[in-house]
Amino acid sequence: MTLAGEASTVGSALIRARLSRWSIAAIAAGAIAVTGILFATTPMQGQVGFLLVAAAVFVVAQTTASAVVEGRRRAKDRLVTSLVVACSCAAVLPLVAVLGVTIIKGTVVLSGSFLTHTMRGVAEQDANGGIYQAIIGTLEQVGLAALMAVPFGLLVAIYLVEYSSGRLGRVVSFFVDVMTGLPSIVAGLFIFALWILALGQSFSGFAGSMALTILMLPTVVRSAEEMLKIVPDSLREGSYALGIQKWVTVVRIVLPSALAGIVTGVMLAIARVTGETAPLLVTVFGNPALNFNPFSGAQASLPLFVFGEAGLPNETAINRAWAAALVLILIVLFLNIFARILARFASVRS
Amino acid sequence: MAKNVQMKDVDLYYGKFHAVQNVNLSVPPRAVTAFIGPSGCGKSTVLRSINRMHEVIPGARVEGRVELDGEDIYRPGVDPVEVRRAVGMVFQRPNPFPTMSIRDNVVAGLKLQRVNNKARLNEVAERSLRGANLWNEVKDRLGKPGGSLSGGQQQRLCIARAIAVQPDVLLMDEPCSALDPISTLAIEDLIGKLKQDYTIVIVTHNMQQAARVSDQTGFFNLPAADEPGRLVELDDTEKIFSNPTEKATEDYISGRFG
Repeated sequence: MTLAGEASTVGSALIRARLSRWSIAAIAAGAIAVTGILFATTPMQGQVGFLLVAAAVFVVAQTTASAVVEGRRRAKDRLVTSLVVACSCAAVLPLVAVLGVTIIKGTVVLSGSFLTHTMRGVAEQDANGGIYQAIIGTLEQVGLAALMAVPFGLLVAIYLVEYSSGRLGRVVSFFVDVMTGLPSIVAGLFIFALWILALGQSFSGFAGSMALTILMLPTVVRSAEEMLKIVPDSLREGSYALGIQKWVTVVRIVLPSALAGIVTGVMLAIARVTGETAPLLVTVFGNPALNFNPFSGAQASLPLFVFGEAGLPNETAINRAWAAALVLILIVLFLNIFARILARFASVRS
Repeated sequence: MAKNVQMKDVDLYYGKFHAVQNVNLSVPPRAVTAFIGPSGCGKSTVLRSINRMHEVIPGARVEGRVELDGEDIYRPGVDPVEVRRAVGMVFQRPNPFPTMSIRDNVVAGLKLQRVNNKARLNEVAERSLRGANLWNEVKDRLGKPGGSLSGGQQQRLCIARAIAVQPDVLLMDEPCSALDPISTLAIEDLIGKLKQDYTIVIVTHNMQQAARVSDQTGFFNLPAADEPGRLVELDDTEKIFSNPTEKATEDYISGRFG
């Protein structure tokens, strides 16, 4: 088998010499071998380093071979393809790593009793205790936040897409953009200053929900707005032409057509605020004991729990933090799956 | 049912752009009136002013009178929603509602106007689908999504949807331009049948189609690039295609245009 493969023997102008799959495999093997020699003879070491160097050697060797055999256009194509694939892998790597580490460390103390017990009276070095209070707290806070932010945000998006035409729409749109970049601690401090300091209310899950609502709102508005915008005008006109009022058209024709996308956007917004820690620190405060009532008194929450336990100098506490982090990830995952099923049932039939 | 349409000194604008100037015409009931003319001359704009769909586009406005059996549909206090219930419309591209089944598409107009009587809805669905020559093809899959039909079937579904609300006038904006010849033939046959009950106004780019389906034909033209479109003449289809009064009409239909 030659490096150029069999195509070069055909004398057609339309067929150019190609590197065969075997020669690509050979180049890959060569790149690994060269890297092995490099690592054996020079001070270079480490698995990640090996992978990176081998990949780099492979890309350089493949591009050179391709330039020689296949010409410049193919060589460029191969170079860019390799870069695109490498970047895609690199982008997934941290996600997989975070998930892997959390699963490995989180399953150490994760158990039925961990999920159903609270931390009341449990000292940091004790092996027992659990996150029941934090799960309840997070579900209530995020649930309340979603209850406020989703209808609110949807109405704003409907106004922006279906009704606004003048200056007010542009102003609202601008402020939604500004709010998208609002640091989450600022949302927390705003509620802290307004609700707790100025109005004299206590720390509570509801205070946290309000901070989370501020953070969710722009995401919900933006994603719903984008989804409503891509509903074709022909559907709206088709509905008007039947003598259907505008609001009925929006509710019965436009919204259902955009539902799948809106649900996805809402889920992303919920997933984002579920992991928020900073705004809860100054509004919900955290609580080792169970507090079912989100409207009165400090509550626990999963991100706060992780934050608190991870800062303690005890192995048992740190294990609890990992387990709570895993539960947090799982909750977001289940919410996502649930929302996708929901959207599939309700969305466009085809 | 089947009302006549009169347009008196109608001028149509998109913002500052003067799209169509000084249209005067009369559309008789239970007949097909075709609008022909080059692209951009305002045929569709005029059509859309008959059921107040023109104003759906931001900045669009209408001057003059458009009368439905003598009643001006643009006088203050007239609800465009009521006008559109009386004047139905079929669009260039079939636009069935993607979230609805075939049956629900047909009865959408009634259902979204809060008619909930199931027996009545089923009866209207069947009558409208029969009226649109689609019943035999879809009667076994009424629960399937409207988007599952072929393009020609979708267009007939849209016609069924339009006649389900029993309008007085049916507007068709190039209803066959996205369809193949066989589907076009099916729609043309349907138009011939529907004109017994409805006043039909159809915009078409296909002059043979205008000659085949219509009783009277209106020719629209752009006098010059920056000027608004005008109705050049409106007459019996036979006369327009054999012996038109205006030279511009003759040039256009004989292909000597421009």
